[in-house]
Amino acid sequence: MSRPEHLAPPEIFYNEDEAKKYTQNSRIIDIQVQMSERAIELLLLPEDTPCFLLDIGCGSGLSGSVLEDQGHYWTGLDISKAMLDVAQEREVEGDLLLSDMGQGCPFRAGTFDGAISISALQWLCNADKTSHKPVQRLYKFFSSLYACMSRSARAVFQFYPENGDQMELVTTQAMKAGFYGGMVIDYPHSTKAKKIFLVLMTGGCVVHNYP
Amino acid sequence: MKLITHNMLTSKCMKGVTVGYPLKIQAVDVKTSEVDFNPEFISRLIPKVDWNVLCEAAESVGFLDDLPRELIENYENDVDFLKKAHRVLLEVDIINGELVCPETGRKFPINNGIPNMLLNEDEV
Ligand SMILES: C[S@@+](CC[C@H](N)C(=O)[O-])C[C@H]1O[C@@H](n2cnc3c(N)ncnc32)[C@H](O)[C@@H]1O
Repeated sequence: MSRPEHLAPPEIFYNEDEAKKYTQNSRIIDIQVQMSERAIELLLLPEDTPCFLLDIGCGSGLSGSVLEDQGHYWTGLDISKAMLDVAQEREVEGDLLLSDMGQGCPFRAGTFDGAISISALQWLCNADKTSHKPVQRLYKFFSSLYACMSRSARAVFQFYPENGDQMELVTTQAMKAGFYGGMVIDYPHSTKAKKIFLVLMTGGCVVHNYP
Repeated sequence: MKLITHNMLTSKCMKGVTVGYPLKIQAVDVKTSEVDFNPEFISRLIPKVDWNVLCEAAESVGFLDDLPRELIENYENDVDFLKKAHRVLLEVDIINGELVCPETGRKFPINNGIPNMLLNEDEV
């Protein structure tokens, strides 16, 4: 099966039809919810504390609903208006922004206690316009994300890298932006169940001693 | 767009903009909707909020009501105060209008409650 990122830019691929699947197809919903739950677990948030979180590529709000169920407040950004309109229809509690993560996260310093992103980051590895340079867009994204997170906060990305080079590309730009962390791979030996999470930390007052 | 989001939102991703904060609100349609009150969340959020910006935003859309313009001491223990902050931060919702970048005058439309922060190619 060809990868959606190769078919069209995200704001075109995630049109009204595709957006509907994210409210109607129970298999899609189950998978997104499970991955969101795992991502939140990896955030290691303080117990029983309502946090303010960012959902990057929030789409129709499936991942956001899991944040709500766990007592958190969230703001989501997504490049697809059709997906956000579905989120609005579902009356999610999170606040929504139409925004391209490759252009940066448009928030003040220290805003969020954490961030999650479910099945979105692989889109940034693609150049959809001649002016798009994936390395630059990834760097702009990670550096602006770093800035808008509070000290010692985490950002967890479930994503579908195409190959090892893409994992390397993404990790390198994240480290360059100041994060530290790495990949967590669930069910590494199963092609079907295998899930890849990039776990990033801002580190707070910890001494940074990576190269 | 809730005022909590407005309080955090900037236009600094735009080329040539340094701070891009606060964005000016030109509201056309504003509504309020009830959100469960969580005093712990509001107390944790307040240190991150730019209180002046919040008051000015609330006033500009006509919902300042009796929210104190100065942040009070020991607000964590003042349920009445936290409720007022909760209302302004989470319950006031701008449905249609515009956000204006304070440095460039660039307008970001708000439609169906969602601000459009997408930049043109020559703005990044
Ligand atoms: C597979 S969907 C997942 C949506 C949601 N996180 C969930 O779990 O249901 C991927 C989402 O990433 C969004 N996306 C892709 N590229 C993006 C970009 N550059 N900026 C913001 N969102 C993007 C798409 O519009 C789409 O809504």
